[in-house]
Amino acid sequence: MTPSSDLVVQTEQLSKIFRVGFWGKRVTAVDGLSLEVRRGEVFGFLGPNGAGKTTTLKILMGLIYPTSGTARLFNLDMGDPRAKTRLGFLPESPYFYDYLTSREFLCFYGHLFGLWGAVLGRRVDELLELVGMTHAKDLQLSKFSKGMLQRVGIAQALINDPELVVLDEPMSGLDPIGRKEVRDLILGLKESGKTVLFSSHILHDAEVLCDRVAIILKGRLVACGRVTDLLDQGASHQVELVVDRLTPEGLDHLRPLTDKVVMQGDRMLVVLKSQQQVEGALEIIRTAKASLVSLNPQKGSLEDFFIREVKGHRSPPEKRA
Amino acid sequence: MKILSIALNTFRENLRDKLLYNLLVFALLMIGSSVLLSRLTLGEFHRLILDLGLGSINFFGVLIAIFVGIGLVSKEIEKKTIYTIVSKPVARYQFLLGKYLGLTITLFVNTVVMALGLLVVLYAQAVPIEGMLFKALALIFVEFMVITAVALLFSTFTSATLSAIFTLAMYVVGHLTADLQTFGAKMDDLSRGILNGIYYLLPNLERFNLKGHVVHHLEVSGSDLMLIIAYGATYTAFLLFTASLIFHRRDFR
Repeated sequence: MTPSSDLVVQTEQLSKIFRVGFWGKRVTAVDGLSLEVRRGEVFGFLGPNGAGKTTTLKILMGLIYPTSGTARLFNLDMGDPRAKTRLGFLPESPYFYDYLTSREFLCFYGHLFGLWGAVLGRRVDELLELVGMTHAKDLQLSKFSKGMLQRVGIAQALINDPELVVLDEPMSGLDPIGRKEVRDLILGLKESGKTVLFSSHILHDAEVLCDRVAIILKGRLVACGRVTDLLDQGASHQVELVVDRLTPEGLDHLRPLTDKVVMQGDRMLVVLKSQQQVEGALEIIRTAKASLVSLNPQKGSLEDFFIREVKGHRSPPEKRA
Repeated sequence: MKILSIALNTFRENLRDKLLYNLLVFALLMIGSSVLLSRLTLGEFHRLILDLGLGSINFFGVLIAIFVGIGLVSKEIEKKTIYTIVSKPVARYQFLLGKYLGLTITLFVNTVVMALGLLVVLYAQAVPIEGMLFKALALIFVEFMVITAVALLFSTFTSATLSAIFTLAMYVVGHLTADLQTFGAKMDDLSRGILNGIYYLLPNLERFNLKGHVVHHLEVSGSDLMLIIAYGATYTAFLLFTASLIFHRRDFR
């Protein structure tokens, strides 16, 4: 059990039902979601588009009221202004006041936290430096590229030196260099002891960055835990072998151990069901006097896990059994 | 302090909005053109300049109040800029009041510029400038404040286009409410009651219209003027309060 003082974000049975259209049709965006984010960790909030990630983050930020359930930040009730002073938020594909220059923009947000004068000036310079935007400090935001907007957006989220930084899809729409920079920024935040909660559907980034992840589908939590634990759990542990000149008899012996065999002239790719089969397979190859070209244990990726979970939850239960 | 920061940011936004300058240029052109039109009249050209000048200030000010006012909140929601504000330690009513105050400052500056334009024309045409003119200008500004609050109220729960239509309708109806009472006087008790109710609920914008007084050199006492200003202020406060209540419960999707 994590002591409650170490919990930065906590939701219990959080639900949100939207009413859409003329007849007020009910659409469940978030369904009984219980989550905990601990102090100092990088927490990834994953799910396909429309899974309810943004809705959940908006509830935490006080932009949307939940239909039922509770959410707490820093052990304070939702809507407590004290929580908001310790928080930084970057919305998804942010649009900002494009008539402002980046300097004016950051100063404006500083004012909302009661920062003025020289203190604010120093803070703004620091942040522009941090996100690499010092060269564009007097340029209007309307002239910015998406990557530049994302950077001042992150600077905006850090203006109050928050303990918790919440980023909604911080990598979406960025080029590889931009993504790398955002990744480095998140790691930098973690190093300086901040808690980072971010949503994403770019799984590779989550795998590299996160201490823990939660995967949600149709508003429900389907998995939550340390990335390594999730990858171990139910991962295939398949092993790929590439073999040259294996005799047909040798192949017959090998078949029961494999999932898949692909022939390419003299060479064949053999996929073993699990690591336990490796010894047996090597013995067969030696006896058949074939030569082993390579042996690759297949590491499960978060992407495989994610796709498995999503597919599992989409197909009807009778087909899954 | 937060309200003031938001207000100043809104003012800055307005200053960098081309729509504002277009309207302002047209207003000044209209005021200036009254000189040409007055050439076409036989005598009484003082009246025409005053009537047309004050009318232009009123008309263009209302256009600014409506078309900038409806965008105050709905544009922030559409462009999602509000997400970063509401997630900061800013109460929603503070945001709303800040936006309102920002546009009020813009309108004040505009009214001053347009009024200066009118004064230049009056001076150039040697039309005597009376104190009543300034009272009329003050009440025109109070009317702008009421209209802005109406636009803000609508924009807290509906789209920019609908807010514009509703606010424009409110402006027209607001100038005709006296007819509701006249109409009601000829009806049965129930209908009269309903019409009277509507009469008191809607803003009576005709109260802020002193153009006739200026043109015909009629006086309005200081206490009457204060009463009208107090009416405008109370009505505005009522609108802003209602807007805050609606805005507080709103989900920003």
